[in-house]
Amino acid sequence: MNTVIARLTLRTLLGRRRALLLTALPVVLLLLSLLVRLTVDASSRVDVAVGVLGAFALGTLVPLLGLIAGTGAIGPEIDDGSIVYLLAKPVSRHTIVLSKLVVAIAVVAAFAAVPVLLAGLLMVGTSHGLAVGFGVGALAAGTTYCSVFVLLAVMTRNAVVIGLIYALVWESLVGNLVPGAQALSVQQWALTLTRSVVGPDARALGVTSAVSTWLGVVLLVVVTLVATWVAGNRLRSLRLTNDD
Amino acid sequence: MAVMELASVSRWFGNVVAVNDVSMSIGPGVTGLLGPNGAGKSTLIAMMSGFLPPSAGTVTLDGAPVWRREQVYRQIGIVPEREAMYDVVTGWTFVLTNASLHGLADPGAAATRAIDTVEMSDAAQREVSTYSKGMKQRIKMAAALVHDPAVLLLDEPFNGMDPRQRLHLMDLLVTMGREGRTVLFSSHILEEVEQVAGTIQVMVAGRHAASGDFREIRRLMTERPHMYTVTSSDDRALAAAALADGAVSAVELVDGQVRLQAGDSIRFGTSLPRLARAAGIRLYDVSPADESLESVFAYLVGR
Repeated sequence: MNTVIARLTLRTLLGRRRALLLTALPVVLLLLSLLVRLTVDASSRVDVAVGVLGAFALGTLVPLLGLIAGTGAIGPEIDDGSIVYLLAKPVSRHTIVLSKLVVAIAVVAAFAAVPVLLAGLLMVGTSHGLAVGFGVGALAAGTTYCSVFVLLAVMTRNAVVIGLIYALVWESLVGNLVPGAQALSVQQWALTLTRSVVGPDARALGVTSAVSTWLGVVLLVVVTLVATWVAGNRLRSLRLTNDD
Repeated sequence: MAVMELASVSRWFGNVVAVNDVSMSIGPGVTGLLGPNGAGKSTLIAMMSGFLPPSAGTVTLDGAPVWRREQVYRQIGIVPEREAMYDVVTGWTFVLTNASLHGLADPGAAATRAIDTVEMSDAAQREVSTYSKGMKQRIKMAAALVHDPAVLLLDEPFNGMDPRQRLHLMDLLVTMGREGRTVLFSSHILEEVEQVAGTIQVMVAGRHAASGDFREIRRLMTERPHMYTVTSSDDRALAAAALADGAVSAVELVDGQVRLQAGDSIRFGTSLPRLARAAGIRLYDVSPADESLESVFAYLVGR
């Protein structure tokens, strides 16, 4: 972890247009939650909340913010070539990736996990531990998404497009609808944590996951670690050329 | 003593060979890497900078490979051609950030020293976005010098600079060379290179065309046969007279023009008007046919 790199990364991530992108979705989520709070009567509010937190928050908001933060932490620098100043330093490439990843995760925590928690509290208060459960799930999923998208940004200059297709098609659509594919969805792995926090009522409330808790946790950890390590290794071999 | 050694280095991108079997040794002092655009200079510098692996051969600094070895940057300072820098505000912050990334004991002092060296102290607190091209180049130079590297690699550092900035950077490079640093810069302009570099490496079409002292290369370039295109009132008679006089070594008639090849350009310049006047021939146009850098370099390669 290198604080200079972290500071630079934070400045890039929160600069200009990206900050707008990062705030737009959480604001929509909070407004939606407020609407639910004001218009849906208490008896059916829990059902609606599970729908909003599951499909919109965990299914769409978290992967998209993971994409913005993960690719944004390193992609633009590779694109415009300014990463040369980072690479021309005696700093381990794994340290560079780790520093950027930590910042991306912090951004996702602030712009995705916290808003999810707040949205939950707004809709159903502390009932059934839904707010905390989905907040924890959002943080776990966000961490894994960030590591995967940092890796993607190091591997290809089309990271945003590929990531967008993955986030929208795989995580939102396939992950929600196709039973077999669900086992390979970060969202489903993270839902195991939400399910554990919510406890025995989870099934009745509709908080379910396609995988068992231990498998979900293992997959989250393994994918995050492997993606981070591979990204560092790929960065060591990043080719920087000016067509001359 | 830092020596950058390239041994049989080739680099290809798909079917395109950018650098073809180049061997050279770059030692202390200023070396100019000269060649026309597209000659493979940037590719060569990218390989020396550890940003690109050679497809074949080895690039080493004092015997150790530069590719995939982060620690090499303790010894190397790089001034990239591209303009993009960190999204930081002032020149001072930019250089300080580079010093901090090097993990220097006193990054503030190092940044001050480097900025003084490139004479940017007055503008250091200004935003980088307000800098002229030459100032940007100097602040990039300060960033590359901040850790006092033994090797300095600069890709087209004079591009887009005005004459005064150019002169200043030339002085700076000469000083660096005198201090015993290994300085290598690329350029496609001979005059730039010969004013600064003690040694010249010439690249043409990916190949290492010539190397050595600039006077030697200058001589090779000026003493090559020159081609001239001439239009006159009587091309045939003029060509015959010039051949008979010995001022030209070959003639060729094409599309109403005569192309003359002269071994000695000064003699050609003085005798052509004299011959024309003597034969009563009017000269409409005399122009050098092959003074482009590419043709000069092509001649060097063909030798």
